[in-house]
This record gives sequence, C-alpha cells and structure tokens, in this order.
Amino acid sequence: MKRIVAKEEFCIGCGLCEVYCTVQHSKSKDVIKAYNRENPRPLGRVRLEVNKPVSFAVQCRHCEDAPCVTACLSGAMKKDESTGLVIHDAEKCMGCWTCIMVCPYGAIKMDASGKVVSKCDFCSGLDVPACVANCPNGALVLIEVKP
Amino acid sequence: MKTYLLPEYIVERDAERCIRCKVCVNQCTYDTHYYDAEDDVIRSRDENCVNCQRCVTFCPTHAITIRKNPNAYRENSNWTWETFRDIKKQSETSGVILTGMGCDKPHFTYWDRLLLNASQVTNPSIDPLREPMEIRTYLGAKPDALEMELENGDVVLKTQLTPQLCLETPIMFSAMSYGAISLNVQEALARAATECGTYFNSGEGGLHKSLYKYGSHAIVQVASGRFGVHPEYLDVATAVEIKIGQGAKPGIGGHLPGEKVTEDVARVRMIPPGTDALSPAPQHDIYSIEDLRQLIYAIKEATNYTKPVSVKIAAVHNSAAIASGMVRAGADIIALDGVRGATGAAPKVIRDNVGIPIELAIAQVDQRLREEGIRNKASIVAAGGIRSSADVVKAIALGADAVSIATAALVAIGCTICQRCYTGKCPWGIATSDPWISKRVNPEIASERLANLLRAWSFEIKEMMGGMGINAIESLRGNRLALRGVGLTDTELKILGVKMAGE
Repeated sequence: MKRIVAKEEFCIGCGLCEVYCTVQHSKSKDVIKAYNRENPRPLGRVRLEVNKPVSFAVQCRHCEDAPCVTACLSGAMKKDESTGLVIHDAEKCMGCWTCIMVCPYGAIKMDASGKVVSKCDFCSGLDVPACVANCPNGALVLIEVKP
Repeated sequence: MKTYLLPEYIVERDAERCIRCKVCVNQCTYDTHYYDAEDDVIRSRDENCVNCQRCVTFCPTHAITIRKNPNAYRENSNWTWETFRDIKKQSETSGVILTGMGCDKPHFTYWDRLLLNASQVTNPSIDPLREPMEIRTYLGAKPDALEMELENGDVVLKTQLTPQLCLETPIMFSAMSYGAISLNVQEALARAATECGTYFNSGEGGLHKSLYKYGSHAIVQVASGRFGVHPEYLDVATAVEIKIGQGAKPGIGGHLPGEKVTEDVARVRMIPPGTDALSPAPQHDIYSIEDLRQLIYAIKEATNYTKPVSVKIAAVHNSAAIASGMVRAGADIIALDGVRGATGAAPKVIRDNVGIPIELAIAQVDQRLREEGIRNKASIVAAGGIRSSADVVKAIALGADAVSIATAALVAIGCTICQRCYTGKCPWGIATSDPWISKRVNPEIASERLANLLRAWSFEIKEMMGGMGINAIESLRGNRLALRGVGLTDTELKILGVKMAGE
C-alpha cells in the first residue's frame, strides 16, 4: 500500500501541490482553464499549512482506523480493504458534515456545490498523485507501507 | 530623499495566463509580488525585482516575463546604465557598492580565445566509450625520483611518498563557507563530492558536525579569521587549506554580517551569535614567505604530516613569484583564484577591478615552477571562472592539475547569478542562513544535480582528450601544444605560452 508523506524540512510553501491537485480534479485538466474558466472552480483537496519556518501540505491521511468512516451516517465514506484508502462516494453523501467535524487533520471540506464533501482520492487512475508528482522540492513523497 | 533610481527590471504578467495561485508572491524573497484581494489580481513592485527568475521558473502557467527596464537614459558609451545606477545609489547612501558572485564584465575571458587541437590522419583519436580513458588526478607534492627495490621478485617502493588527494575527476568544489551558503548547500556539495570521488571545501566558516561524516572528501580552510579551527576540524578533513586571498576580492578581508550569524553558524564558527564575523584582510601572522612556512608546518605538525596543505591566493600581478615562494615554504597544493572568481559579498569596485584573469596566472605559475625545477613539488588548482568542461581542459592544458568550481556548481542547483548574495535573502535558498529560505535546497535533489554535472563534464573531458589522441590526463597537463590562440596579441600569446591558431 502506498501513502503520501510530507517532509516538513523541505517544504518551501510554494503551494504548487494545491494548484496541481485542483487541476487534477478539474474537468479540463488544464491549469489555466481550471482556474480561469471552470465555474465553480474545482476544489483542491490538499492544503498547505504555513507557520514560517514550518510548512507542510496536508491531505487525507487515509487513517487505519478512520474516524470519518465510523462517523459517516450514510455509508458514503468507506475504507477500501485492498488499498487501505478511505474512499468517498459522493452519490451516497448527504452533506451532514459529520466527517468534517471528526477528521483530526481537517482534511475534508465541503465541495463547491455545498451539498457533499470532498477529500483526497489519491488521484485514482494515476500512479503518482498529482501533489507528489509536482512538488518541486521533494517535500511530498510516496512511500510503501505494510497493510 | 526621493530616490532617482529607476527600477532595473519590469515584471510583466499575462493576465490571461495568471491564475492568481500566489506562487510568485510566496517565492519572491524581495517582496516584489503581492495579491490585491480587492481587485483579485497580482501586482508587482518592479523596484524590488532583482531578476533572479525564481517566480518565472515556478509560475505554473508561465505568466511572468521579466524585462530590463526599457526606460533608458540617453545612450552613452562611457556612461552606462550601471555607472548611472552606482553613482545615484552612492549619492543617496554614501556607501560602498556591494555585490555578489564574480566579475560580470566582458574583458577578461581568455578561455574563449583558446581553441583545442584534434587528431587527424597522422595520429589516431581515441573513442572514450571503447577504450580506457584515465582522468584520475593526484594532488600533492611528488618526489623528484622514485627509488625501487626488488624483494623476493616483488617491486618495493623505497621512496617515502607524501600525502596525496585522489580525485576521480579533476574538478573539485571551491571553498564556500557555512554562513555564506546554507548548510543544505554544503551538505549537497559534500554528498556530491563523496559520490563522485572528489572534494568539497568548507570555506573559512568551520565545518558543521553533521558534515564530519564527509570528512574523507573534505578540504578545510584556515583563514585570517581562524573561524571554527580546532583539532577535530583538522583531523576530520583530508586536506587543509590556508586561505590568503580570494579572486573576487584580492587584498581585502571578509565580513559576514551579524544577521547571518545564527546560533548554528555561531557555534560552528566559534563566535557569539549575532556578531559580525570579520576576516582581517591579511593573516596577521603571515607577513612573509617565512611566516607562511611557519603556519604550513604548524598545520603539518598538528596533522602529523598525514594531510597535504594547500595555500590559496588570488591571482595577482606577481603570482608566479609568490607561488614559487609558496612551494618553497612547503605548500603541497597551490590554489589560484582568478579575477572572475565569485564571492558571497564584496565591494563591486574590488570585484571588477582587482586581480588578473586565471588563464594568465595558470600559465605563468606553471612556467615559473617548471623553470625553477620545482613544478613537481606542488600541484596547481585553478579556480575563478570555470564555466564548462572545455574550460577545464584548457586550464589543464595551460598547466593546472585540477580546477575548482563554485559558480557553476551553484548554477547547477538553481543559482541564476543575480549577484544579490550579500542580502542574505537568496530566493534560490543558496546564499542564506534564513531557516525558511534555506529549505529551498533539498540536499538530496541538489547533490544529484551536482553529481550529474560532474559526470557530464567528466564524459566531455574524456571526449575532448580522445579527440586529441590523449588517453591519460597526465599527457594533457601543461601540454600547451594542445592549445592555439585566436584574436590575441603577441604578448598575450607569449604569456599564455600558446601559439597562434594556424601556426
């Protein structure tokens, strides 16, 4: 199983992780169109935290014992047994925001529609998530963890 | 006082491309860009821009272009834009104009007037991909002759050899001190030097304990300020260098401002935090060759004659005579730093007007030591303006044993030679001790870039040697027949010891 690890000591606070996360979750997959044309603007799922000289990017940690999965009333938030990822099914989400309240990392947000939540999906379909692939300083790395 | 200085550069932003992601805002360390929330637009304070290209490189939509300010004064060959700026700046501050990096004036580069030879018909060239090509270089004093004996059919060396530095490629990293550059950069240099079998140089600011593990590829400096010099410092390194002068600022000392002397820098330099680290212009115990000899032998005694001692001087008018004295004083390595050598901070008037080009110094020092029959007693390391593998080959053909690079190394890890190192706010995270900005250099990535550069240059050196039909770098050293000059006067050719192209 793969997980994203933030290396605080090399995070330069540029925010390119947020930019490329947004692009990856846009319709056009084009950076200029995603930001300047798509309405509502797609939402990035990674958040840059800066308190100089400390900074790092936070996205869903895909917790082993995920509070959001336990708290979800509709079964929209599920743990994928094979990949260990916490996956959100927007079809089932009823927008009660319980997951937002229980997430210890603040990694879940209301999506642009205001009706369901949005969180890191590990860029399903990509070998390397967009935030990791586009971090210019190796501050986000993909590591293999034991299931 | 109203400033009469015009912005040097103009920042242009393509509104159609700008996505207001604010990467430019957070990457500029000079506060050039800012976000105007009311108009939802990013604007720039042109007067702050130093044209380091950090924002341009990091902008995800390539929306930024930086141009030289087109508002020029009336054209005048004598009164250039730079002259105007300097005078206006000084009339407003009454200060010495500081700068960073090396001389940027065009009138000193002899590399571009030298061309290399190649084999055609009468002697075969060599393909380095198919045949062995030796570029390993040993630095240190070589004996006048080797005495050997046969013992039970084995050859046994009787001559006592002096300590040598073994370089897998004839390129080292020049001295850059912790404080002038960040620890991350020093670590990157140390790791790359270790990986490529060459050496980095601590500079005069001591050696951070975390770098002791790279001691087998470290040269440590003893300079006029004696910062961070203690027994372990000398023990951990492979060679010790006495710094007399620096190419960018011959004859003057160093000054690391107190703001850059953080707790960590202070500990390594063994000075109180926040105090200015002043390196006197001369070493106050060295006023003669005899004094130099005392320090060389003090260091040799302290290190039990196990490490070669290098003496670094700036290339100046009488370098050849000084070098001769240095060799006689016991220096194992003569490090020459030419007028184009760089610095973290120097008065611009010194940087651009004092010293001589490294090409002439190499030729003259090599020639002088040969004439005096003492060329084998020391190796020559040339630095200050080595930009490419071709410059390395030309330096060796002129008479150097190896070269040191610093500007090229920093360019490899991001530097764009914006010449603002002295501000301590290097947007590329190189010339700074600010913990927030120094994170911009990840030693893992930077050391890979450095090692790649060294490997690439080494390949190219082998290609050029092969083309000349030379398969060992020893055959190239001081082989000025491999060089021809173009566009040079008779005197220049004579000093370089090189024939005119076509001759």
